[in-house]
Amino acid sequence: MISRTALVATLLGALFASNAQAQSLDGTLKKIKDSGTITLGIRESSIPLSYLDAAQKPVGYHIDICNRIVDSIKQKLALPNLKVNTQAVTSQNRIPLVTNGTVDLECGSTTNNAARQNQVAFAPTTYVTTVRMAVKKSSGINSLSQLDGKPVATTTGTTSVQLMRAHEKGKGVNFKEVYGKDHADSFLMLASDRAVAFVMDDNLLAGLIASSQNPGDFAVVGEPLSVEPIAIMFRKDDPQFKGLVHSAVRDLIKSGEVEKLYTKWFTQPIPPKNANLALPMSDALKGALKTPNDAPAEQYNKK
Amino acid sequence: MNYHWNWHVYLDQVSAGDERYLDWIISALGWTIAVSMSAWLIALTLGALIGTLRTAPNRWLVAIGNVWVEGFRNVPLLVQLFLWFFVVPEFLPAELSRWVKQDMPAKEFFTAAICLGLFTSARVAEQVRAGIQSLPRGQKMASLAMGFTLPQTYRYVLLPMAFRIVIPPLTSEFMNIIKNSSVAFAIGLMELTFISRQMIEESGQVFESLLAATLLYTICAFSANRVMTYIEKRTRVPGYIAGAK
Repeated sequence: MISRTALVATLLGALFASNAQAQSLDGTLKKIKDSGTITLGIRESSIPLSYLDAAQKPVGYHIDICNRIVDSIKQKLALPNLKVNTQAVTSQNRIPLVTNGTVDLECGSTTNNAARQNQVAFAPTTYVTTVRMAVKKSSGINSLSQLDGKPVATTTGTTSVQLMRAHEKGKGVNFKEVYGKDHADSFLMLASDRAVAFVMDDNLLAGLIASSQNPGDFAVVGEPLSVEPIAIMFRKDDPQFKGLVHSAVRDLIKSGEVEKLYTKWFTQPIPPKNANLALPMSDALKGALKTPNDAPAEQYNKK
Repeated sequence: MNYHWNWHVYLDQVSAGDERYLDWIISALGWTIAVSMSAWLIALTLGALIGTLRTAPNRWLVAIGNVWVEGFRNVPLLVQLFLWFFVVPEFLPAELSRWVKQDMPAKEFFTAAICLGLFTSARVAEQVRAGIQSLPRGQKMASLAMGFTLPQTYRYVLLPMAFRIVIPPLTSEFMNIIKNSSVAFAIGLMELTFISRQMIEESGQVFESLLAATLLYTICAFSANRVMTYIEKRTRVPGYIAGAK
């Protein structure tokens, strides 16, 4: 008799407790709790932020950070067995896949800018990229001003296209733009002399050079066209999830974990070819880690 | 789904430029039409020629036609485009190779038009061959018996009917060439697919950008369909199968 009362009480208690929790959860966290799964968006070739290793497993600096965020979600929702799915995304589909709920957390190489903040939200900036150019060392080119009238490659659907346009307008130079459909194609244009320079984020250029056949032939040179904050992306207007992601990333920054991961991915040999990008932390990134924030690119390039 | 629609985006100015997105779309439409039409011209001319060769009573001519058709229709279009753009110039003499790769004007346009034209010519050739072979054998025999030479037989008896018969499948090819022209974005031709991708990147308005491209492709393909239907009606031979009511 007593045990039955106790049982009923426990059940009632459990019911109320779960009710209370269900009511307090909404948006992405509720979706994760209800489905028992979270889907991470990953990139296939954004070295070293998010890419596939030799075994086609997603690895990278942002993948590591995302896994730490997932740990916090597990803890918060008391779901130690939370299932983590991954979904490959591209520059074109990453925003729709986040807004339509296919991807919960995009762990790629997405620039945080004002136009995108109309559609999605960003975690505090964890990488700051500088847009520069890769050239063949033998060309002797070391400044953008030497590119007037020359073919310059960049990748379709990236912010570099618009940066080159702005630079041409501002400096009165005229590039002959050629466009690759992805970074590998654009790099091929440089390697096969279809272009004398390839303008892109410095970490991607370093990654492409490191994994090319003759890394010694290429160099990243020239003045930066732009400085852009890169961050993990998720759905907008979801304060609960945003709070959790932001506090998780802030804790990782404060504890020095982010710096450790940076060292691992940017200054040490990484898979698949054990190449070392040798990109020490920039002052812009140091600043962003000192006071974690999700400010858009526009604030980085104010002059 | 919390997507923020913005139908004014077409009239927004592109960042760091004097144009609006609409101006981009219009110029992209121009490239799409230019590349499709040039390719269609190449495809029709070569397709008619090769298709005819494949029905000729000469082993060697037939063999040339067979190699042409099988070569161009057994390799994926995107692979062919990359072969023309990246590989072929490497086999040219050094000076010419450098010129083709760096200084040739509108190189993306010419590469895309030629590639798409050759690819489609193989398909057109098959249809023309089918058209010729669908004619009763007696027509050719009668023509030869009346003293026409073989070229005259093709010119005045076989081809005029064969072309009328294959207008419906040619209509599909014409529509296909417009849609297939979208692969040209992969070598950087600033046509509709390219511009819609760039617009997605710069404006953040994914669906508006894709919808504009979708709508324009549909309008172009449907216009091609109407033009071909008009030609089909105008050229029909009363009482004969093609275009008969």
